[in-house]
Amino acid sequence: MDAEKNEEEKNDEKMKIKLIKNGVVIDHIASGRALEVLHILGIGEDYEDEVSLAMNIYSKSMGKKDIVKVENREIKTYEINKIAVIAPKATINRIRDCRVVKKEKVVLPNEIIGIVKCSNPQCVSNKCREPVKSSFIVVQREPLIISCKYCEREAKGL
Amino acid sequence: MKWEKRHIISIKDFSREEIDYVLKKSAEMEERLNHEKTSSLMKNKILANLFFEPSTRTRMSFEASMKKLGGVTIGFDSGEVSSEVKGETIVDTVKIASGYSDVIVIRHPVEGSARLASEHSDVPVINGGDGANQHPTQTLLDLYTIKKEFKKIDGLSICVVGDLKYGRTVHSLTNALENYEADLCFISPQELKMPRTIVKDLEAKGINVKESSKLNVKDCDVVYVTRIQKERFPDPQEYERVKDAFVLDIQALEGIKEDAIIMHPLPRVSEIHPEIDDTQYARYFQQAKNGIPVRMALLALVSDVDF
Repeated sequence: MDAEKNEEEKNDEKMKIKLIKNGVVIDHIASGRALEVLHILGIGEDYEDEVSLAMNIYSKSMGKKDIVKVENREIKTYEINKIAVIAPKATINRIRDCRVVKKEKVVLPNEIIGIVKCSNPQCVSNKCREPVKSSFIVVQREPLIISCKYCEREAKGL
Repeated sequence: MKWEKRHIISIKDFSREEIDYVLKKSAEMEERLNHEKTSSLMKNKILANLFFEPSTRTRMSFEASMKKLGGVTIGFDSGEVSSEVKGETIVDTVKIASGYSDVIVIRHPVEGSARLASEHSDVPVINGGDGANQHPTQTLLDLYTIKKEFKKIDGLSICVVGDLKYGRTVHSLTNALENYEADLCFISPQELKMPRTIVKDLEAKGINVKESSKLNVKDCDVVYVTRIQKERFPDPQEYERVKDAFVLDIQALEGIKEDAIIMHPLPRVSEIHPEIDDTQYARYFQQAKNGIPVRMALLALVSDVDF
């Protein structure tokens, strides 16, 4: 029964989002965060190839999830690290000739460098005169709590 | 435990074992001071005091500590006389100072500046206060004062009074006390209560926490008083209303334990009445003095000097 249901879900998903030939599929994005993923990838109105996006679709493991598919786009490690902060369960599928050639889960590193801005205006990481990148230590993964390495201010649920 | 070239940036970087070790070495240093007023443990070593904002106790205490260890100090005591006014970064100033010295103490109003400094220094950096964030040597001398008086920290009832919302020293002290089994009582005006996250963290660690907006120090072993700053109140009348409710005077000490002690990181303004100074409970001047053996011990430890 489960296999049948999974197949049904997959077909449903296919109907909702078109397959891509070459590019990247970012799956298992926390529901409602797909637009932020596009923002991380720098995809806006001037992107010329096909971009498909589905939000709040049924997921057995997550309840609801978002999916982003981008044609003719490579994804870089620093972009994957950024996605990990807002969607720690996301999977990255690299597609060549309609086949998944590499599938990987994003991994939230123990230290998040240069991705999140500290909310404390008095933090040294916000002083543009200093040669410093923002840096956060992951205190707790679920729900996410991070602590600024410099001013020690905590941020929750990014 | 590795102390050589270790940076002293935040009390959160220390385990209980490490804090206890610093307190033990501070006691040994004080014992040494009782026998010989100065030593040559750090002869030919240089301490760079980089004070980008005014400080009296911390700067003088580090300077006196280094001199008592036989070393010398260089540096500045205001951002106005540093190259910062010319636009130099903290990082550049620290790189230069680390070439001139064996250990650096930095105080800067920007939070996280000491951590950043430590990342660019070849010599140990000690945080002498980074804005509203951390002041670890103050916390260590606070703990040293408590331990010296009671021979223990576990099992004590410690009451913290005043500005618990913004007070840097009380946050650092509370962070350190997470390692011990002391009962904590937080007394403050409603507007200046201890942040919820800190209270929850303490409770999660099994620490008994009480909160009150009434000054009652009856069952406490340690009463740690801090200043309530006028600028924290949007309404000056509100400040006038609460400030007098948190003044420790002889009347407020009614029923206090015989061997209780009163501490304050200083400077005080009016929150401890001068009539308390001559009572058996006052320890704030001794507390400031305890900064000497604690800072001497830290300077020697991070410089890998045996004592």
